[in-house]
Amino acid sequence: MTPKIKIQTTAMDLWYDQFQALKAIDIAIPERAVTAFIGPSGCGKSSFLRCLNRMNDFIPAARVDGQVLLDGRNIYGAGEDVIALRRQVGMVFQRPNPFPASIWDNVAYGPRLHGITNRRTLEGIVEGSLRGAALWDEVKDKLRSPALSLSGGQQQRLCIARAIAVEPEVLLMDEPTSALDPMATARIEELVRILKEHFTVAIVTHNMQQAARISDETAFFLNGEIVETGPTQRLFTSPRDGRTEDYITGRFG
Amino acid sequence: MKDLNVRQTIDAELEDLRRSLLSLAGQAGQAVKNGLWALCNQDRILAREVIDGDDRLDRQTLEIDDKCLLFIARFQPMAQDLRTVSAISHMAVDLERIGDLGVNVAKFAVKLAGKPFVKPLVDLPRMGELFQEMLDGTMRAFINGDVDEAKGACALDDDIDDLERQVFREMLLMMMENPRIIEEGTALITVARTLERAADHVTNLAERVLYAITGEVASASSFRRPRGSRDDDGR
Repeated sequence: MTPKIKIQTTAMDLWYDQFQALKAIDIAIPERAVTAFIGPSGCGKSSFLRCLNRMNDFIPAARVDGQVLLDGRNIYGAGEDVIALRRQVGMVFQRPNPFPASIWDNVAYGPRLHGITNRRTLEGIVEGSLRGAALWDEVKDKLRSPALSLSGGQQQRLCIARAIAVEPEVLLMDEPTSALDPMATARIEELVRILKEHFTVAIVTHNMQQAARISDETAFFLNGEIVETGPTQRLFTSPRDGRTEDYITGRFG
Repeated sequence: MKDLNVRQTIDAELEDLRRSLLSLAGQAGQAVKNGLWALCNQDRILAREVIDGDDRLDRQTLEIDDKCLLFIARFQPMAQDLRTVSAISHMAVDLERIGDLGVNVAKFAVKLAGKPFVKPLVDLPRMGELFQEMLDGTMRAFINGDVDEAKGACALDDDIDDLERQVFREMLLMMMENPRIIEEGTALITVARTLERAADHVTNLAERVLYAITGEVASASSFRRPRGSRDDDGR
């Protein structure tokens, strides 16, 4: 059965002023699967990720042409509610960035922002989100402790809990384990595997073995273009493009 | 300052693995060749050498397997590197089996030495030559990344199968006529069967080589004559 496509980009260009960072990106991101973006530094993979929830809107000179369809809706179309979009498409960053507040407040922040005030409802969301991020058992007795007292790996899982607290449909992850030790990395990877049952996950990673371990689909970016996309298993064993082969076998990049 | 070349170490290690595999292939092929030569020339001493050499072959196979595992653990290879190291690991096992089959032939050489031949041995040496041609071609294909040569090696398997069936039929007729040669006759049939199996292992090698080169899973039988046109016997 062909999986449903959650995000489809068509001839998508990204410009930073005169510089074209992404060229004619066509990609289909399947629903409830993990899609990994790999490529050398500066290839545009993180820029692409940020196009998917319009994070690049914060950069004044950035301009997107072409289409980015989320469930068939062009998110760059007129009348798009960007706040609602970012609720639908959450993001987790390279370095854990919890707010300087308690664990509980970090997770409840988003739902409160979206108007939920009932204490009991919020408690349910906080617990559900922390469980969803595989952090509940470690923090349930210290929900009022400062988030910054947690370890790096726990902080990153807290950020994932914060992201899923607003019930997004898509989770964008920009090198979510690059600042973590191997054990914390393994936990996040395992979590991603579980998360994909409920969310569509798009992840940028520099670690090709990580992409091979956790993703279903992989896209290889080079110089602002997609060179090759395909099922992860195929792409890492028998890439079709010589440039993909050269990159994943360490001949450049 | 010297340029940093991240591929240098990987390439050197893969080269070392390729050399080890080539050495194993050389010795496995030699085991079959010498075993057969000992049989045809009633050379007990050479046959003993083949039998005694098997331990070394087994050791080398294990060494290659260890090196492959270490390579995977250290470099976590991808794409062609991964296919190559996987191919080497599998090919070593097939080569070790080929070495064992050479030992089996050598054991018959010891058994039959000193007894007159029931017939001049023509087909068995021919099978040995074809086997060697297949093995050499497959290993060359591996080193040179030559798809056509690997396919060509597979095609020779038909000729070996034909010869094996020829030996079987011929010996069957001779044994029916003269039951006193049953022991020698069945021994020669078994040797032919052993050579045929050794050639089958070479087709496994060729399949691995093709996968390593192209990334596509290939079946050796698709490079052979269609089933109906092979000299199929009814056994």
